[in-house]
Amino acid sequence: MPEKTYLQAISDGLRQEMHRDERVFVLGEDVGVYGGAFKVTVGLLEEFGPWRVIDAPLSEIAIVGGATGSALMGLRPIAELQFSDFVSCAWDQLVTVAAKQHFRAGTPVPMVLRLPSGGGFSGGPFHSQSPESAFTHVPGLKVVCPATPHDAKGLLATAVDDPNPVLYFEHKHLYRRIKGEVPDERYTIPFGKARIERAGDDITLVTWGAMVYTAAEAADELQTGGVSVEIIDLRTLQPWDKQAVLESVSKTSKLLILHEDTRTSGFGAEIAAQVVEEAFEQLDAPIRRIAAPDTPIPFSPQLEKAYIPQVEDVASALRELAAY
Amino acid sequence: MATQTQIEVVMPQMGVSVSEGTIVKWLKREGQQVLADEPLLEISTDKVDTEVPSPADGILTSIVTLEGETVAVGTTIALITTAGEAPVEQEPGSTTSAPIPPASPEPVAAQPADRAFVSPVVARIAAEHSVDLQRVSGSGHGGRVTKKDVLAHIATAKTSQPEAAANEPLPAPVTSSAPSGGDRLEPMSQMRRSIAEHMRRSLDTAAHATTVFEVDMSNVVAIRSRLKPEFLERHGVRLTYLAFVARATVEALRNWPWLNAEIRGHEIVTHSYINLCIAVAVDGGKGLVVPAIRNAEGLNLLGMARAIQDVGDRARSKQLTPEDVQGGTFTLTNPGGHGSVVGTPIINQPQVAILDTEALVKRPVVISDDKGVDAISVRPIMNLCLSFDHRLIDGAYAVQFMAEVRRSLESWGEERY
Repeated sequence: MPEKTYLQAISDGLRQEMHRDERVFVLGEDVGVYGGAFKVTVGLLEEFGPWRVIDAPLSEIAIVGGATGSALMGLRPIAELQFSDFVSCAWDQLVTVAAKQHFRAGTPVPMVLRLPSGGGFSGGPFHSQSPESAFTHVPGLKVVCPATPHDAKGLLATAVDDPNPVLYFEHKHLYRRIKGEVPDERYTIPFGKARIERAGDDITLVTWGAMVYTAAEAADELQTGGVSVEIIDLRTLQPWDKQAVLESVSKTSKLLILHEDTRTSGFGAEIAAQVVEEAFEQLDAPIRRIAAPDTPIPFSPQLEKAYIPQVEDVASALRELAAY
Repeated sequence: MATQTQIEVVMPQMGVSVSEGTIVKWLKREGQQVLADEPLLEISTDKVDTEVPSPADGILTSIVTLEGETVAVGTTIALITTAGEAPVEQEPGSTTSAPIPPASPEPVAAQPADRAFVSPVVARIAAEHSVDLQRVSGSGHGGRVTKKDVLAHIATAKTSQPEAAANEPLPAPVTSSAPSGGDRLEPMSQMRRSIAEHMRRSLDTAAHATTVFEVDMSNVVAIRSRLKPEFLERHGVRLTYLAFVARATVEALRNWPWLNAEIRGHEIVTHSYINLCIAVAVDGGKGLVVPAIRNAEGLNLLGMARAIQDVGDRARSKQLTPEDVQGGTFTLTNPGGHGSVVGTPIINQPQVAILDTEALVKRPVVISDDKGVDAISVRPIMNLCLSFDHRLIDGAYAVQFMAEVRRSLESWGEERY
């Protein structure tokens, strides 16, 4: 199986979907001539022409509104928002129109929004956010956060097949840093099915996106002290694999939730609440969360490092849980 | 007939690892009226001394536990009788309903006695297997029985013989003899017993070694005398030398993180934060409490001075909470006020080092100018003594940390806060 970067896996996935289904097209700022701000769509314009690779004006609400309308009319748009941060500009089209359409009129809105998210490169408050939690709170939207190249391609195919608006958060920090085996043929990965990054017995660590790698490094540190950590990569937040988390917590009785998004009302709070509701009698320690503090993301590399959860933060929380 | 309710006052749980407390003083007498939240008595535990408020309005009908007695957490120590709702006068024959019985006594805040927290999963497993948790030894935080402990207990109980009570250790022999001649006999206070146990355990745990550094405090003395009135007038904060040493210590700890660490089994836990403990003498030197300043790494000189003043004041007025004396990562002790010049402090477990600030003394010292010419000058010198746990900290590491603290204090600049 060929090894590909996370970015290449997304790029290949896009190309494969466009070959497979004529209704699939991409639109977004600079996705055509320039090949996308992160070069995910390089070569698509040459291959599929300007009717299927559309350079949009600098207006997120126009992009999402256009995608919503074309999806209603039977096409399969995949829109790129240059930075997930700016999805806020399209809030009305996304939350008021696209998310509600099926419930108001019974018509599907099969669109995919690609949302490059996450920090770790001193992008500051407008270019580093991880806003996935906010959209899990909007009924009608699906939220996907792949961590590996294999999942990136498989979840993209599932997103294109899905009749609902799907927010596909691709983590910028993983684009060229992460490589993995990706099949050439088309495959799908079901939404709401977590991936066990590693099995363990003592503590359950639930996370997603780039934090999967932070979690794995911290778990390595704990391993040397004889504490085995089970890491669950949720892969999708809406829907999320509650069953996998409950099963793991029933085994370990201790739960740490890790996410890059800010703490208050982050999706970790939802996971913690559901575990307490459904598995209270399995718990042997308070549920712990590690998340970014409730402030915008700073530019300064030192401050950003203090802001984004680091391996040592996770390792120290795991140690405390192990000792509890 | 007024509906009366009797409320039990119990020895409160003052922190997870505290299992008993001593009555220091009753602030109310039997028969006296008390109001809810009004201080009822003073207690002393091995963590803190504190006042206990009354749980309700009523009459203190009975004091069960007398001053000086020590009882387990959750034990009833007094009874308060509250007057219930005013009874409604009933016309004879106007109703056929049975008379309402007086409400049964309802213990308030009664907690399971002398045992740490039981987690939901442990409670469930214990119930399913009819395990008496009092018989399970706990390996968790504060001796808590963990899921693994209770599962292991069930596994061994299945395979082993009925437990032999003979295995239980015998209590240490106590020789009780009347004091002879002019000797005076008094019981050890809870705090004294706790200090005794802690100091003994620290010496049994850590490999103590001490190093002493002389620090020329000329710059600090000059800056303190300039800032002192300003801090006092504008902020109401007393600026002490200890605040300067605390600031220099916190800065140096960032570069020497193993001194802000602890040993857990075969692992070294290095803390990302500094909870700086300040040893505070209380009761005229007959007692000692060591409250922690949380996240001391985030405090400037003013903040540090204010925090030191705050914990000191609250320690002396017995206003500390259990949280104040937990979670410390490094300790400062300051015996220099009475003229001591060298000390070998005992480490505050589970920390790995303690820094002692000694008296500021004017001494003749040899100083060299830029051209290398020596001269004798009178300088304010302070000795700093660091006791460190040689299991983790080697001498080379400790002295480099101390050299940085000294450099930091000796080069203290006007602009530095």
